Amino acid sequence: MGVALTRSAQWTAAGYGTGTLEITPLNESILNEINKFVESFIYKYPQEAKFIFVEPLEWKTNLEPSAFESGYIISEMIAKSEEVDKDGEPLLFLSVPHIQVRSFGQLAQLLSAAKDNKLQEAQACIEANRDPIVKILGSDYGETKEDSTTLTILDTINKDNETYTKRKIAILLKQLDLHLLNHSLKNISLEIRLNPATFKKDIELLKRFSGKGEQTVLESIEYTSDYEFSNGCRAPPWRQIQGEICYVLVKPHDVDTLCITCSAEGVFLNGGKTEEEGQINYERQGEIYKDLVTCLKDKSPVFSENMSKQEIRFNEEQQRDPQVYEKSKTEDVQLSATSSEKNKMEKNQINFGKSHMTKRLEPSLNWRATVDYKDHKSFIKDSQEEKQGKFEKSSASVSSGRAQLLRKGGEKVGETTSESSSESEEDEEPPDHRQEANADLPSEYWQIQKLVKYLKGGNQTATVIALCSMRDFNLAQETCQLAIRDVGGLEVLINLLDTDEVKCKIGSLKILKEISHNPQIRRNIVDLGGLPIMVNILDSPHKSLKCLAAETIANVAKFKRARRAVRQHGGITKLVALLDCGQNSTEPTQPSLYETRDVEVARCGALALWSCSKSHSNKEAIRKAGGIPLLARLLKTSHEDMLIPVVGTLQECASEENYRAAIKAERIIENLVKNLNSENEQLQEHCAMAIYQCAEDEETRDLVRLHGGLRPLASLLNNTDNKERLAAVTGAIWKCSISKENVIKFREYKAIETLVGLLTDQPEEVLVNVVGALGECCQEYENRVIVRRCGGIQPLVNLLVGINQALLVNVTKAVGACAAEPESMVIIDRLDGVRLLWSLLKNPHPDVKASAAWALCPCIENAKDAGEMVRSFVGGLELVVNLLKSDNKEVLASVCAAITNIAKDQENLAVITDHGVVPLLSKLANTNNDKLRRHLAEAISRCCMWGRNRVAFGEHKAVAPLVRYLKSNDTNVHRATAQALYQLSEDADNCITMHENGAVKLLLDMVGSPDQDLQEAAAGCISNIRRLALATEKARYT
Amino acid sequence: MEQRPLKKLVESISKTVKSFKKSEIECLIRLFCSLAERPSGKLANARLDCSTFRGILHNIFGMTDDTLMNRVFSVFDKDGDNYINTQEWVKGLSVFLRGTFEEKMKFCFEVYYLTGDGYISREKIFDMLKNSLSQQSPEEENEEGIRELVEISLKKMDHDNDGKISFADFEKAVKKDRLLLEAFGPCLPDAKVVTNTILKVDERKISLTLYNVCVCVCVCVCVCVCVRYACHVLASFMPT
Repeated sequence: MGVALTRSAQWTAAGYGTGTLEITPLNESILNEINKFVESFIYKYPQEAKFIFVEPLEWKTNLEPSAFESGYIISEMIAKSEEVDKDGEPLLFLSVPHIQVRSFGQLAQLLSAAKDNKLQEAQACIEANRDPIVKILGSDYGETKEDSTTLTILDTINKDNETYTKRKIAILLKQLDLHLLNHSLKNISLEIRLNPATFKKDIELLKRFSGKGEQTVLESIEYTSDYEFSNGCRAPPWRQIQGEICYVLVKPHDVDTLCITCSAEGVFLNGGKTEEEGQINYERQGEIYKDLVTCLKDKSPVFSENMSKQEIRFNEEQQRDPQVYEKSKTEDVQLSATSSEKNKMEKNQINFGKSHMTKRLEPSLNWRATVDYKDHKSFIKDSQEEKQGKFEKSSASVSSGRAQLLRKGGEKVGETTSESSSESEEDEEPPDHRQEANADLPSEYWQIQKLVKYLKGGNQTATVIALCSMRDFNLAQETCQLAIRDVGGLEVLINLLDTDEVKCKIGSLKILKEISHNPQIRRNIVDLGGLPIMVNILDSPHKSLKCLAAETIANVAKFKRARRAVRQHGGITKLVALLDCGQNSTEPTQPSLYETRDVEVARCGALALWSCSKSHSNKEAIRKAGGIPLLARLLKTSHEDMLIPVVGTLQECASEENYRAAIKAERIIENLVKNLNSENEQLQEHCAMAIYQCAEDEETRDLVRLHGGLRPLASLLNNTDNKERLAAVTGAIWKCSISKENVIKFREYKAIETLVGLLTDQPEEVLVNVVGALGECCQEYENRVIVRRCGGIQPLVNLLVGINQALLVNVTKAVGACAAEPESMVIIDRLDGVRLLWSLLKNPHPDVKASAAWALCPCIENAKDAGEMVRSFVGGLELVVNLLKSDNKEVLASVCAAITNIAKDQENLAVITDHGVVPLLSKLANTNNDKLRRHLAEAISRCCMWGRNRVAFGEHKAVAPLVRYLKSNDTNVHRATAQALYQLSEDADNCITMHENGAVKLLLDMVGSPDQDLQEAAAGCISNIRRLALATEKARYT
Repeated sequence: MEQRPLKKLVESISKTVKSFKKSEIECLIRLFCSLAERPSGKLANARLDCSTFRGILHNIFGMTDDTLMNRVFSVFDKDGDNYINTQEWVKGLSVFLRGTFEEKMKFCFEVYYLTGDGYISREKIFDMLKNSLSQQSPEEENEEGIRELVEISLKKMDHDNDGKISFADFEKAVKKDRLLLEAFGPCLPDAKVVTNTILKVDERKISLTLYNVCVCVCVCVCVCVCVRYACHVLASFMPT
């Protein structure tokens, strides 16, 4: 554990002497592992757990004596274990806040007593005992004397029992150490490996903060060599092999000149530069640090002190984008002549930082731009202004937290670079693993290397032989694929495509086709510019060449950048053209090397289009190139090989509105339905998927029915082995069942019973669709009965506890649909479904919230004793009322609907009134959304039934907007509004407001409506207004 | 040209060569006559010698390798009299232009094994491949490379592991991978040439193309011969 602790644990460099562990994920995981080790120690090695440490582990604890239970003698400030060593000393001794522990057994006890604070305790322990092994086992076992340890162990082997135990513990600790190292390797490997650029940047930066004077971090920092190799290293080549990058001579303020080696593994002190020869003694002299700053902090206290003052600035610098960096560097050159002035400025800067405590975290380098200012005051003022203006953007990222800022520079640089690179390429591209040069290479590697040599240096004949024998390797195997790339074969293969030799092109494409199944190779092919060449080959007169090129493109175009490249080089048009040659079938009489069947060409074209069609722009390009009629024509053939890519392309493209229209126009649905009856499962899957995509459209749904597609869909439900297909089929059924006529058909085919059967033991993709379909089917009475009879309600309610958003939306809808049936409602209530629905109102996704609220409406409506039920949910009513603060229209509308139903119960209405429903509803009144208007008006009219709510609505200015609802075009809105106004008009002030807003004329029109409820409500409202008018007149004249 | 002997010749050839129409055969014979020397003036005796034939192979069918062209000549020359007569011409071209896969395979195999026991031996492969690597590397290394290449090709094609390639081996390998048809050097016309020639024959513009081809061939043959002669002359001046 010693090695792991010194090397991989991240100690804060801020303090020296007793360092503290930083709170980082890596440290946390290391501590967790140590805790696990200690806790399990007592069970795994009971003998060793009794072993008494040579020296106690001591630290300051937060534990109270009372935390310890049996087995301890506890007083107010002191706790000691009953377990004692042979001298009678307790193995655990706590005298607040100091604690001493002397065995693993007690350590484990302590950890269990610490409960939630285990981590803190472990951290404190390790911080206070930087070398726990020495304390536990004695100095013989310290990791610094690793070699001698083994010797002493060998000497003392079997001497006595204690040494034996000691040895065993030493081994165990060693194992833990290894385990920790391995564990942290994962984390470390995520960090960027040090490279010349990082060092260069660090050194440049340090240089700028160096010079004479107290405030600078260093006196000087310089490279030992001025010559920089092309790879950015300055170390001589024979040292570069060791991973060393450069050597720097650093002169800190307080210690002698240090000669430091910067290598890929880290930074360490070397033997120094010998005066006479100017040679560097490359031997490592101390421990390895992860970067230059950490190393220097450890070596020079003054550096550490000054650095912590400047750290923010330093980090800031490292984060800056290169352009600004360059700029400030040039400014720096101008400045360097006046370094004393610079120091003064720097002081100013620091004072400035102190006087504006809150602003310390902001970038503070802009003083460079204001060099000319002599006046101190105006300088501050100016820089402050600049700060707020120019650097606002960068400060946003900076102010995210001091802790983050204090992290080490190297890491920071790594993060920012990786961010910018991921921005340009957001694809699922895997990291590039080059094979390690010294790793064990398989024999294939050498054989392939030999073959590539022939590809490079041979004439056509040799090339063909090499290509043919390369195909004898298992090209599906990753080692071979990578071997071809690593020996430079990929470049040659792609170059061959550019020649005139048809045979070489064919051979090369055949290999590329195979190896491009590998994601890394795909990326390399694109990087090497292979795609434009392949796109050009699509024009070749040789059909087999076209085929191979199209197939290879199909493999390569699996990621975004490749698809874009295909499109940009005009590949889509050419691929679409390939689809065309399926028709004029002049089959060649003799199959020759270069010819294949036209159908094959079309198939490969479709395959490539399928890959390409995953990008939005490509879909558009395919459509523009006239691909849809061609695809439709190919769909009429009966070759399964052909149909799968064709249907796959259509399915991919059907996500676009344009395509759905075109698919309808080209009568593609008919053929999709036909292919549903095929034998091929994959084909069925893609057809169902395409129907799923297209059936958003009502006409398409009808077409599916008219072409008899519902029966095969229903029958495919019975085969549940192929989950992908099942998901596609259920999806198609879901979308189709949005049309009522289709639902009737499905009922005929007994699909609903089957769907209910699919509610259990299916993957989520299937469940989402099944539940969606049931939700649609249950809109009708007969189907609700079927679902209940088949016992579908129980599994539906069970699904309410899921976490999949799409699933929850559908489940709530289905449950809501079932709840429309009082008998089903009884079952739902018994299963506690209403409570589950209610708890979904807390779900973070607005769709789920809305859907749950909609589902609650029929539940409350149809439940027996609904008022009591609703009240039984503690905090439920408050939750509903608070949802009125949401900004999602759908949520608001649904909650209004729910409130309408809740408010039917007087007692509940009283409760929600107390929760302030009136002002919240009033606030929503100014909306243009008709759906929300309708439900809002209904809710308002319900809520008027309690106390002085009518008056309250008037006070909260809800009446005037309501009047405007009457101008809407939706009769439902009119009815709800008229009812609300009727309720509100019971209050005189509201009547006045209505009258002022011209409600009377609008209401008069409503009286003429064919809708009776509307008529009645409007008339009632008018009569209330009129009565008020009469009353006032009467009052005036009497 | 005398019509009757021509017709007769066409008749007799069309009995053995089925892949050409009679009219096409006639065209081919006319072409042949225009290219060939006629020692006795009679049509039946018209014949092509090796160098003229090589000129044709080079100019029309785009072949470059001298040794292979010689071998192709020998395969065309069924009766082994070092001349190609009308019959051999039409037969050979039928494989060249209209040959089925099997015919071509057989033809290639014949070109490669040339004479002897019907096997392509290791030495023969070495001979055929010896120019297949670029000459930049030093002599021994180059030879080593070719030896390895020979081993690679044997490994690929010698299925019965007897160190030589029989027709069965060859057939099996080529059927598995058609690219191996011309494994040891190009001995069939380019695909492009085939399609073009077929088109020309089909379109009956034969007389015109014929003329073009004749002129072209004659000029090229002359140039070829001249160049080759010049080379020889130059070579004789060069120190060995």
